[in-house]
Amino acid sequence: MSHNDEIDCSGMSCPLPVVKSKMKIDTMNPGEVLKIITTDPGSCKDIPAWANRVGHEMIEEAEENGKYYFLVKRGE
Amino acid sequence: MAKKTMAIIAAQGSLDWAYPPFILASTAAAMDMEVKIFFTFYGLPLLKPKITAKVTPAANPAMPMKMPFGPKAFQAIDWPIPHAVSGVVPGFDSMATSLMKKQFKNKGVATITELREMCLALGVELIACQMTMDVFGFEEKDFVEGVTFAGAAAFLDFAADADIQLFM
Repeated sequence: MSHNDEIDCSGMSCPLPVVKSKMKIDTMNPGEVLKIITTDPGSCKDIPAWANRVGHEMIEEAEENGKYYFLVKRGE
Repeated sequence: MAKKTMAIIAAQGSLDWAYPPFILASTAAAMDMEVKIFFTFYGLPLLKPKITAKVTPAANPAMPMKMPFGPKAFQAIDWPIPHAVSGVVPGFDSMATSLMKKQFKNKGVATITELREMCLALGVELIACQMTMDVFGFEEKDFVEGVTFAGAAAFLDFAADADIQLFM
């Protein structure tokens, strides 16, 4: 699945991945997809919780070589 | 859906207790919640431009004393330093403070100043308690830009309807 923008939060701990993702997705348009990359294991639950709470759609979650990838579609 | 709201009272001024209000507030704001933090007593200095909060192992018996450098096995050692020592050795708190800052930096945790900036950027209201300001001799100009000033009743008026209320 393609994405419109990307933010790399590798090496960042709570709450930075969520806060940085929020700031990034705020600059995008509804319906556009943000790719988020993290290394913090806590973000596996935090990113979906954040997206669900604010009305963004979790499209994909994956783990590869110690990194976590998320595709989040911006809500209205 | 109405915006969720969170009211926090931050009354502690040590480095370890400076993190939770700013971490939770910035996260809540990122989750589109309206957040206000009421800084009172020793929480007030966290609003100064330069944050000088320290950690005191003597007052925190459960605090792990670990070294943020060297091989993994060395870093895993929890140094059994008696409080009779940590409480009286000059400079011990400063050393523990710099070790904690180094450890947090190694783990990718933002500094208190960075977290506070994010809170302000996300619209978190940082309220200085007017009464304790007067008691401890703080003036409005002592604090960073964006701080607001209020008393207990004004804060409780917000907290009474808040979805989450926390005291730290």
